[in-house]
Amino acid sequence: MDVIALSAWDLSIAAALVCALSLLSLFLSLGLEWKILIFSCRMTAQLLFIGIVLRYLFASGSLPIVLLMATVMLFAAGREVLARQNLRLKGITGYAIGTGAMFVSSFSVSLIALVVIIGVDPWYTPQYAIPLLGMLLGNTMTGVSLALDRLTDQFYKERGVVEQRLLLGQTWQEASSDIRKECMRTGMIPIINSMAAAGLVSLPGMMTGQILGGTPPMEAVKYQILIIFLIAAGTGFGVISAIWMSGHYLFDNRHRLCLERLSGSRLRKR
Amino acid sequence: MAQPSLSIFPPQNKSCRLCVEDLRFLACGPYTFFLQKGECLGLSGKSGIGKTQMLRAITDLIPHTGKVLLDGVSSTAFPAPLWRSMVTMVPAESFWWYDIVGDHFSAEFGADSLQDKLAAVGFKEDVLNWQISRLSTGEKQRLALIRGLCNTPSVLLLDEPCSALDGYHTTLTEGLILNYLQHNNASVLWVSHDHEQLQRVADRELCVEKTGLIEKTVERRPVSVEE
Repeated sequence: MDVIALSAWDLSIAAALVCALSLLSLFLSLGLEWKILIFSCRMTAQLLFIGIVLRYLFASGSLPIVLLMATVMLFAAGREVLARQNLRLKGITGYAIGTGAMFVSSFSVSLIALVVIIGVDPWYTPQYAIPLLGMLLGNTMTGVSLALDRLTDQFYKERGVVEQRLLLGQTWQEASSDIRKECMRTGMIPIINSMAAAGLVSLPGMMTGQILGGTPPMEAVKYQILIIFLIAAGTGFGVISAIWMSGHYLFDNRHRLCLERLSGSRLRKR
Repeated sequence: MAQPSLSIFPPQNKSCRLCVEDLRFLACGPYTFFLQKGECLGLSGKSGIGKTQMLRAITDLIPHTGKVLLDGVSSTAFPAPLWRSMVTMVPAESFWWYDIVGDHFSAEFGADSLQDKLAAVGFKEDVLNWQISRLSTGEKQRLALIRGLCNTPSVLLLDEPCSALDGYHTTLTEGLILNYLQHNNASVLWVSHDHEQLQRVADRELCVEKTGLIEKTVERRPVSVEE
């Protein structure tokens, strides 16, 4: 069975729904109307662009181009992580921590999946590598940005407690252990929740896509299970390493809390 | 050595417990002074002059330059947590992170000794089971002091330890601190705006200025204690 091709007309009907939502937002003065429109347009442009890129990528299938693509995706995800935080870790390190955490987790998990599990030949076959990495990066990004946002927020709000614990002779690891654990949980809860709901409440996007594309349901399900495992592992490792690295960054070698290494809109008002 | 304020500079003998040399932090300093064993040194000075920050610098919680020596050994020779448990600061505002008072006290600290100290500042035994949310500011202040003593520090840095206490509990708390000093041969750096209090407890008093210290003569007035 072939996929029914969508025409521009079909898409514009769906777009009309978003426009209606935007109007409703204006009506309810939610202040989201422009955001909805702008990000819809942005999403459309990004996806159309990636469609063209993927067509070229699949046709060429060479390793350097796949790696280039993967790098671009990684840096875009790193930017996105930073943009979602109220209080950011300052400077290049802030960017490097989010990006580094996603690199470690997403890339290694993708590599394992491609080489060991799926065993596709060659391992960088873009039809497998790019969507897989994309799904992993997307989910890891959500986890890491949630966890980091919570971490910086908590250190800022709870600095009195953290410093009090330091004053009593605790190491920075002890003084921040509660906050760091809580943030790791915050980062991992979404994927755990989505595991609970998978199949019962929601049919995951990739599986839906495969079924629409004509793959037998059982094959689609197996792939989906694999992907969810990978995402859970990738998100978990990513969150833990991001929190671990930012802990090191926010304390110096004399176990002092260095809040001047944070920047953000909320700090400027003080 | 013919400086006018000779006693600000460390004496060349073993009784010097804490030596602060050329301490600078933020835009303050340099400060140079020493604390002898068993000595209580009062620190006064205008609000916002940096007294609290000075204590934070001495306990190594904020970046600073200059030297702080404990019994002749530099703070940098110790891991920071160990340094802070030997040169312990008790801030004016205390923070608590568990629900129950007792969870904040380290278990290694002898239960008897802890109970004695709690009783000395007017607490009953069951205070360790109290909810933090139930405590008044003054109760928190007294408990925070005792929590600070749990590491049996050699030097105590007290930031207005009685600011939230009534007269009765102030007397008890002063008694506890001076008693701790005697029994552990420890030293105290006591920041207070209450001149009368420093007259009562301190052996010497220094006034903190932006760029240095001014020694004040402490007149022992036993009359004021009786009042």
